[in-house]
Amino acid sequence: MGSAQDIVTSEERRDIRNRWLLSAPALFLIAIAAIGPLFVVLLYSVMLKGDYGDVKFWSFSRDGWFEVFFQKDIFDDTVSWADAHIIVLWRSIRLASYTTLLALVLGFPTAYFIATRDEHRRDVWLFLITIPFWTNLLIRTFAIQELIRNEGLVNSVLLGLGVISTPIQMMYTDFAVMLGMAYVFLPLMVLPLYSSMEKMDFRLVEAGYDLYAGRFQVLRKIIIPLVKPGIIAGSILVFIPALGSYVTPRMLGGGKILMLGNLIDLQFDQGRNWPLGAALSITLMAIVMVALLFYVRNASKSGAGHG
Amino acid sequence: MDKGFSIRRMPGFTFIAVACFLFLYLPVITLSIFAFNAGESIALWKGFSMRWFVAAWANTDVREAATRSFQVAFVAATCATIAATMAAIATTRTAPYRGLTFKFAFINQPLMVPEIVTAVALLIVFSRIKVWTGYSGIGYLFLAHSAFCIPFAYMPIRARLESMDLTLEKAAADLYAPPWAAFRYVTFPLLWPGILSGFMLAFVISLDDVVITNLIKSGGQETLPTYMLGQIKRGVTPEINAISVVFLLLSIVVVTVFFFVNKKKV
Repeated sequence: MGSAQDIVTSEERRDIRNRWLLSAPALFLIAIAAIGPLFVVLLYSVMLKGDYGDVKFWSFSRDGWFEVFFQKDIFDDTVSWADAHIIVLWRSIRLASYTTLLALVLGFPTAYFIATRDEHRRDVWLFLITIPFWTNLLIRTFAIQELIRNEGLVNSVLLGLGVISTPIQMMYTDFAVMLGMAYVFLPLMVLPLYSSMEKMDFRLVEAGYDLYAGRFQVLRKIIIPLVKPGIIAGSILVFIPALGSYVTPRMLGGGKILMLGNLIDLQFDQGRNWPLGAALSITLMAIVMVALLFYVRNASKSGAGHG
Repeated sequence: MDKGFSIRRMPGFTFIAVACFLFLYLPVITLSIFAFNAGESIALWKGFSMRWFVAAWANTDVREAATRSFQVAFVAATCATIAATMAAIATTRTAPYRGLTFKFAFINQPLMVPEIVTAVALLIVFSRIKVWTGYSGIGYLFLAHSAFCIPFAYMPIRARLESMDLTLEKAAADLYAPPWAAFRYVTFPLLWPGILSGFMLAFVISLDDVVITNLIKSGGQETLPTYMLGQIKRGVTPEINAISVVFLLLSIVVVTVFFFVNKKKV
């Protein structure tokens, strides 16, 4: 008996070893070109900045992390808050939250609309949501830019109709960045919402109406609690890329409305302050990790994992 | 209860949904229409013309960038798909084993880190390697793209594998097929749609990437998206619209094929 068990375990062991060998190329690629470099970022964040970018290797310094939140006066060395960075950080969180909210307000009814179509029609609607998701983000941001520029279509039409006499300045505002992000990330809200709504049992909704609940009560007391996992998944899926957004604020904010991604890029470009850029990157990643943990905890609590 | 009452209806929802679809498509449609503008403007219609497509085609910068984009996407999607297929076989249809969760987390990691962070991380590492080795070729783009395409290639392949049971492979083994033959004649043909989907997703993801490429490319290594980003900064003619239209069509074709390949299994 004992020996038979040994044979099974050694066979299992061989199977597991083969499985590690098979996954090795993928793990290796990700290790050297995705995860490994993150540790180098961590290392760079505690080094002394080089004169023309890069760092002075192996001379450690706290400056990078210090400068994330504080600044030293160049004349009298008094320490104060780094307002510019805090403004960007706060703006990133605020705009990402607004974007998530806007995507939810637009995406919830849309997902509900799709989920209540005939079964064979749903695929067509879903397909229409999926296409923008797989098309180039740069091009989609460009499309929004074309619409809201001062000489863009929206202003041209409004001017032509005589609604306004001077074009509305929409580009280079918080609004432009938020609209652009909502536009590019909207499919990420609709898809998980749809997948929870699709599974929803409409008999519960019927029961609600039978018990004289109004539409709003059914929505609030039955539908929303039932699709809560989808709401959370969708919100996280929009919030995270919005927070780390780079292309959209760069194009629609035009260097005026910086978000964290642009601030990071700036440190590696004109700023030539790599340790600060590295520390800001870790900060951004930390916020993302907190959001992800929140999601994972909620997902495991409600028992519906996948989003 | 009145006749028109439907339990599935919510007042205003259809309206918002229609508005949402318009919001998704109107900007892209407008952009596409102005690609055919005879005038120089991307907002003022001067009649139909194909001149900007001709101009884009004649532009050597565009052609060079497009060629490079396809080259990178092809290499990256190939490497990512091979690695992802092997990883998917290694992580599905098994009892949980030590390190399985770790593998999932590892493979999906590029999805969880903001692109700009990966981009600066690679910028740091690659610039150091460039100094050490003196090599500043296109290999960096191949490597970076292969890595971040893996999770996208992995998803459909894993999904496909999970819907296949092990019976046929076991039968092949019972008939003394060596593991390689079992893979070649049993697993691979069944898995093929998943592999194709994975390849296409990886290809599109690589083709679309702008953030990572923009930070790690060496001089003269523009891809189509980074070229466009640079042009948009400088002010635009409908030439950019024309390139966008071709790009959009390409993505739509790939996604449509993907959609139908995946439909068939149901």
